[in-house]
Amino acid sequence: MDNIPSTEPVEFMLNVGPQHPATHGVLRLLIDVDGERISQVETHIGYLHRGTEKLCEGETFSQIISLFDRLDYVANFNMEMSYVMAVEKILGLDVPIRAEYIRVVTCELNRIASHLLFYGTLGLDIGAMTPVMYAFREREALQAYFESVSGARMMHNFFRVGGVKEDLPEGFLESLQSYLPKLKQAVQECDQLLTLNDIFLERTKGVGILEKVDAVDFAVSGPNLRASGVEHDIRRTEPYSIYPNLKFSIPTGTNGDSWDRYWVRMQEIQESIFIIEQCIDQIEPGPISGRTRTVIRPPKGEAYVRTESPRGDFGVYLVTEENKEQPYRIKMRSPSFCSLMALETMLQGEYLADAVTILGTLDFIMGEVDR
Amino acid sequence: MISIFRGLITTLKTTFRRPVTVQYPSTHLPLTPRYMGFPVLTWDFKIQEPYCTGCLVCARVCPTDVITVSMKDNPKAANEESHRRKIVNDFKLDISNCILCGLCVEFCNFDAIIMSDFHEEGSLTRVEQDLPLVTLLDMGKEMQDKGKFTPPPPKKRPPAKAKKDEPATDADPEKQES
Repeated sequence: MDNIPSTEPVEFMLNVGPQHPATHGVLRLLIDVDGERISQVETHIGYLHRGTEKLCEGETFSQIISLFDRLDYVANFNMEMSYVMAVEKILGLDVPIRAEYIRVVTCELNRIASHLLFYGTLGLDIGAMTPVMYAFREREALQAYFESVSGARMMHNFFRVGGVKEDLPEGFLESLQSYLPKLKQAVQECDQLLTLNDIFLERTKGVGILEKVDAVDFAVSGPNLRASGVEHDIRRTEPYSIYPNLKFSIPTGTNGDSWDRYWVRMQEIQESIFIIEQCIDQIEPGPISGRTRTVIRPPKGEAYVRTESPRGDFGVYLVTEENKEQPYRIKMRSPSFCSLMALETMLQGEYLADAVTILGTLDFIMGEVDR
Repeated sequence: MISIFRGLITTLKTTFRRPVTVQYPSTHLPLTPRYMGFPVLTWDFKIQEPYCTGCLVCARVCPTDVITVSMKDNPKAANEESHRRKIVNDFKLDISNCILCGLCVEFCNFDAIIMSDFHEEGSLTRVEQDLPLVTLLDMGKEMQDKGKFTPPPPKKRPPAKAKKDEPATDADPEKQES
């Protein structure tokens, strides 16, 4: 009796990660597969947990900026932006207009760099070796710009409460202006390599569809939400900094599949270039830092600030105590975390081989998920 | 099918371009003027002593607590050779934990610490990662020779009041905002 094979369908549990190149960080997935199809997914996070929120309670307001660099480690400027805006909101500080322009220029450059990284690694995930070379060539150039501005290629520690650390180096804007056409051309090259490639379309079209309703329910934000057809961008719905002065469109997808998520990001690169061009035209000389003391002691209060990071709606909730150098509590609302929560719904019923594509197009950063 | 050939043409075009790859260990990319390597201490060539007075501001502001400093009375101040009444006694920088944030440089009141170009400071043991005062000063002198540091303008302050400017960063309550 025992030797007769069972006719019941056999489910197999596959352990992916935490050390797996396709998970883009230290994410562990327990995937139940029924043949080739995924029947259930369990996500295990916490492998990159550094306790940033707790650490912040013991650091001074100027030290915390360096901790925020390490949340989303491919879009450091955007992370710093949210934090300094939260502190400025409590202090009631006005930031000099030139500082705002410098912030937006660096943030948008960082958005491009982040999306280029997405583009390159997605190619690798799907099996195309070439795109990553093109993406990293351009990202390298962008990082050289970051280095010339802040002195570091990543982990810049450049934004300050009330402004920025230093003015842009001499000739930076001119050099950037002459570089942007090259970047546009490079993005076009990237487009030609992947966007309408038949094999790529085959791998991404209709794969991992995130319905509009699901996306809103899971509080997915950023390009992932826009790919599902919701036109929601914090830069437009709750404009901050100098974004009201800038013209840009919000690219949205229609189906919410992997290709839409990819396409939205490629369009966002173009929009970011457009924003930077406007900033270069509008920026004027002036002070780069408001009158702030070296030691910041904000009044008692709380503030919630949300910004549009490359991954979506990044929020910082800050509670301060009277006359204290350290904050009472900091809570980050991480867009990657919310995207990851939708993963379970998206993966159900998909082919196992497509799981890698879906993971890649969600574009989460584990540093931000675990905090 | 056409799209695949379009991609191939793109790669073909790139084949005839100049390579952008830099063979790293043998070739180095030039560093930008603002490059932040490990922090080093500067040397006052006029008086032949470090700028650092051991005031502990850098140690307090460091997010990862990698700086250990102690202070002593400056022997040169007694015979009026130097305007610094206190001078650094011992300085230790644990570069294995340094995150190169540059806060120590920003908060230093005496321009005694600068971000250097040094970034390849690997060693086989952990002890070698603790850079002592002498090494840091030597590294600083090298950076000063390269012209990465402009000495601060001499402060016209009587030596008796020199003590006053030390705790300036810490004792300022944020009155205007509160």
